[in-house]
Amino acid sequence: MAKINSLEELRKIRDQAKESMVARSGNAKVKIFASMGTVGIAGGAREALKAMIDELEKRDFHEVDIIESGSMGLDREEPVISVERDGYLTTYGRVTPDMARQIIAQHVINGQIVSEWVIARNKK
Amino acid sequence: MKELSMNILDILQNSVNAKAKSIQLHIVENSASDLLEFSVKDDGKGMDQEMTKAVFDPFTTSSTTKKVGLGLPFLKIQAEMCNGSSEITSQPGKGTTVRFRFQLSHVDRPPMGDLAGTLSMMFTLHHQVLFHALYEKDGKSFEISTEQLREIMQDVPLNHPKVALGIEEFIREQLIEL
Repeated sequence: MAKINSLEELRKIRDQAKESMVARSGNAKVKIFASMGTVGIAGGAREALKAMIDELEKRDFHEVDIIESGSMGLDREEPVISVERDGYLTTYGRVTPDMARQIIAQHVINGQIVSEWVIARNKK
Repeated sequence: MKELSMNILDILQNSVNAKAKSIQLHIVENSASDLLEFSVKDDGKGMDQEMTKAVFDPFTTSSTTKKVGLGLPFLKIQAEMCNGSSEITSQPGKGTTVRFRFQLSHVDRPPMGDLAGTLSMMFTLHHQVLFHALYEKDGKSFEISTEQLREIMQDVPLNHPKVALGIEEFIREQLIEL
C-alpha cells in the first residue's frame, strides 16, 4: 500500500472503497466475529484480526462485516474468531496471523472450512 | 501483556463493554519530566465505590466485574514497578476514568508497541462509539476521532477493509512524525 500521510490520501481511499461497494448487493455475505477480551488481546487477537483485514484487502474481497463479539468464555482457546457463512457459525481457536490469512482465503472467500482449527460449529 | 498498546486496547474495550457512547484516550510522553502517562475517560455505566476499589484486586473480582479481569491489576503492579502510579475514579451512571503513569526511561517499562494497531482497531470494531485519541509527545501532538473519520469517509463504513487499513496506515505515519 502506498504511504498515507495526509487526510487527502485518506479521501482517495474512501473513493476507492466506494467504487468497490458499487458492485456490492445489499447485506454483507460473510460476518466475522472477533473477541477482544483481556486474554484474547494478550494472546494476539489484535494481530490476528489485522492479518485478516490485510488479507481481505489483498484479495479485494469486501463483502464482510467485522464485528467485536465479546469473550465467549473460551479463554484457553483465545484468540477466538468466528465466521458466519452459508448458514453456519464456525469458530476457530488459537488463531495466529498466518491461520487468520488462511481462514480468509479458504473459508471466508471460498467457503471451505479449515477443519483442523475448528473448535465449534453451529447452525444459525 | 507485552505492549502498553495492548493494555490500552484492553482498557478501551472495558469502556465499550460498559456501554460508553464516548471514549477519550489521552497519552502524554514527556522526556523532560521522564514521564509516560495515559488515561481513558468514558461516559459508560460507571461503578459504585465498592466495585471501583475491587477493580485493582484480582481476587475479589466477582463474576459481574469479570470484564475488568486481570488486565488492570497487572498493569497497576507494572506501573508501580516503574516508579509510576495508577488511579481510577468512577460514578454510577456517569462514567469511569482510569490513569496510569510510568517513568518513561525505566528499564522495566513495557514498550508502547503497536499503538496504530490499537487505535485503528477501535475505529474498525466500534465505529458506533465516538472515540477520540490525543497523543502528546514533547510539545508535539497528534489527534484523531471517529467524528473526523466519519466526515472524511462519508457513507463508506469505517470497518470496510480498505478503509480500516487506510486509517491504520495514516495513524502509523502520523505517529512516526511525532
